[in-house]
Amino acid sequence: MTWTDLQSQLGRHGYVASDDLTVALHLALALERPLLLEGAAGVGKTDIARTLSEVRDTRLIRLQCYEGLDAAHAIYEWNYQRQLLTIRAAAEDGETGKTVEDRIFSRDFLLERPLLAAITQDRRPVLLIDEIDRADEEFEAYLLEVLSEYQVSVPELGTITATTKPIVILTSNGTRDLSDALRRRCLYTYVDYPDMQTELAILKARCPGIEARLGAQIVGFVQKLREEELEKTPGIAEMLDFAAALMGLGIADLTDDPTVLHATLSTLLKTQSDQAQITPDVAARIVGKAA
Amino acid sequence: MSRVTRFAGRDPGPASRIAGFIAHLRQNGLRLGVAEVELALNAMNEVNAVVPDECRRALRAVCTGCTDEAERFDTLFDSFWMDAGRVKQKVVPKAQAAPRDDVHSSRQAKGQDAGASGSATAPDTSGEEAESDGTGKLIATERRNLSRRDLRDLVSADEIAEAEAVARRMGAALRDRRSRRRIAARKGDRLHFRKTIRQSLATGGEPLRLLRKHRPDRSRKIVALCDVSGSMSVYAQVFLAFLAGLMRADKDADAYLFHTRLVRITEALRDKDTMRAIGRMSLMADGFGGGSKIGLSLQRFADTYARRFVDGRSVVIILSDGYDTEPPAALSAALAKLRKRGCKIIWLNPLKGWADYAPVAGGMAAALPYLDLFRPANTLADLAALEPELVAL
Repeated sequence: MTWTDLQSQLGRHGYVASDDLTVALHLALALERPLLLEGAAGVGKTDIARTLSEVRDTRLIRLQCYEGLDAAHAIYEWNYQRQLLTIRAAAEDGETGKTVEDRIFSRDFLLERPLLAAITQDRRPVLLIDEIDRADEEFEAYLLEVLSEYQVSVPELGTITATTKPIVILTSNGTRDLSDALRRRCLYTYVDYPDMQTELAILKARCPGIEARLGAQIVGFVQKLREEELEKTPGIAEMLDFAAALMGLGIADLTDDPTVLHATLSTLLKTQSDQAQITPDVAARIVGKAA
Repeated sequence: MSRVTRFAGRDPGPASRIAGFIAHLRQNGLRLGVAEVELALNAMNEVNAVVPDECRRALRAVCTGCTDEAERFDTLFDSFWMDAGRVKQKVVPKAQAAPRDDVHSSRQAKGQDAGASGSATAPDTSGEEAESDGTGKLIATERRNLSRRDLRDLVSADEIAEAEAVARRMGAALRDRRSRRRIAARKGDRLHFRKTIRQSLATGGEPLRLLRKHRPDRSRKIVALCDVSGSMSVYAQVFLAFLAGLMRADKDADAYLFHTRLVRITEALRDKDTMRAIGRMSLMADGFGGGSKIGLSLQRFADTYARRFVDGRSVVIILSDGYDTEPPAALSAALAKLRKRGCKIIWLNPLKGWADYAPVAGGMAAALPYLDLFRPANTLADLAALEPELVAL
């Protein structure tokens, strides 16, 4: 399997991947290294993991990072309530001491969180660690340990070793600088907004029914819009929403009706100041430039 | 004629070429180790290694680790592999005996002071009379832009150590605002017994849900922006030492330089070797000592980095004299935008230490309404004295 095969497989599942991204992904699979994807919001970082799991017909396990995420929430927790009830039930039966203790600290009472789940599957799952930059450095260090050893130690149970190595994809929006150690463990790719051709291909893949002329107009318009000084640059998802909105309204040409065009801009512009900045005149001008 | 570099006949083979390439990247400041050579070779086996573009993509994925490295990679790749068919004689560079630019003599220019306890770059702070006869030395200001000025000539290692101590205290003053009380939290370090017992009434006295409490951690992130334009070069040394100290003392801090452009120096200052960090910084601060566009630089900051790094828990420290070559409207607009992010803004102005100073510079006057604190700072002692003020913020 070469990287071009991978690219066409991803394409069949509706993900148009750039050459850079595909090569990096191919290497991550071949060399069994985690892949770190950085880039602005809405360029399809999370989506590639989902598509990859579809291509390889395997589970997608997602760990969404947030501020204050700790190891317990990411790896495992004891099912405390169940343990408590078991102790009570055992006390009713007059069973005490060591036997109960052994029973309540067994695998049955362990709640698997994403990281533990990812290393105990039968087939190699895709583990998506989303927005790693939101978690703190402490967690990053912990994650490094799991990603290099592929084992988790539970004090009451001992060490759980990986049955299969997951395919790890990390994404980051760059709200914090990641440590060098993590960057060195991973292969790295910066995912940028797609160019005109790629974005057109994405639109065609996701909205097969769209007319060629309108599609080109939409993509041209969004590409030009990204060059404006906006607070939130529209991503690919926004572009697809915009296309869906236009198709839903039955518009065949962006230059037809400036008022309707302006009404549909709410799918692209997500802050008040951005909406104020792109007045109907500005929008018409951008359409003119894109045409 | 292909553009690909040809290698001399006695070249030992692809492995050494890759090793040579990694060494070439290393010389250009990418942080790569031996393991990357092996990884790069393995990566070459996975792609069609005779197609330059595939090599480029594979090596980029292996050798880069952040955006700016990825941006520089193309030129570095071209200079090594696509050298217009020129023959490379030596693939693996020899260990250098020549003086390298990251070894720098930090010998102080001691020749100029007449035996007082200060040095040429740091004033006497002992409060005693200097032993010289007070004729002083007129330092002519150079009007031209001293680009490529090495900041390492301005700062010495022990000054940084001192500044580090100040910065550490300052960071702590801003950060450690913990209250003694613990409040209920979803994830705390202790059990919240009162709440747990109270909740257990609903489940027949069984504490099925363990509720926790923790000390609220009200950390503050420090973001420092230092003006290194010509008018500031006298003070730059103190401020740079302070920045370097700050970055080393505080993991979450963030630092920028600006003159006519804005440069993020956080990564460079995190270098373990202090002097090398300053050296890397001077490479970035191209145009050091030139004009200043404070308004524009802050505008850029508010539009780009601030969105990622500044939030309601940040303290933005601006170290500048407020002499702007641009109209003051830009400055006030930028500060207004920053304020909207909910951060505190502190402006430290070296000129304010003068007895008869009033903020008449247009930029400074425009900035005043947006500042939480406006204080003098021209020596480390001044910076250290800020501590109680910061606690009060």
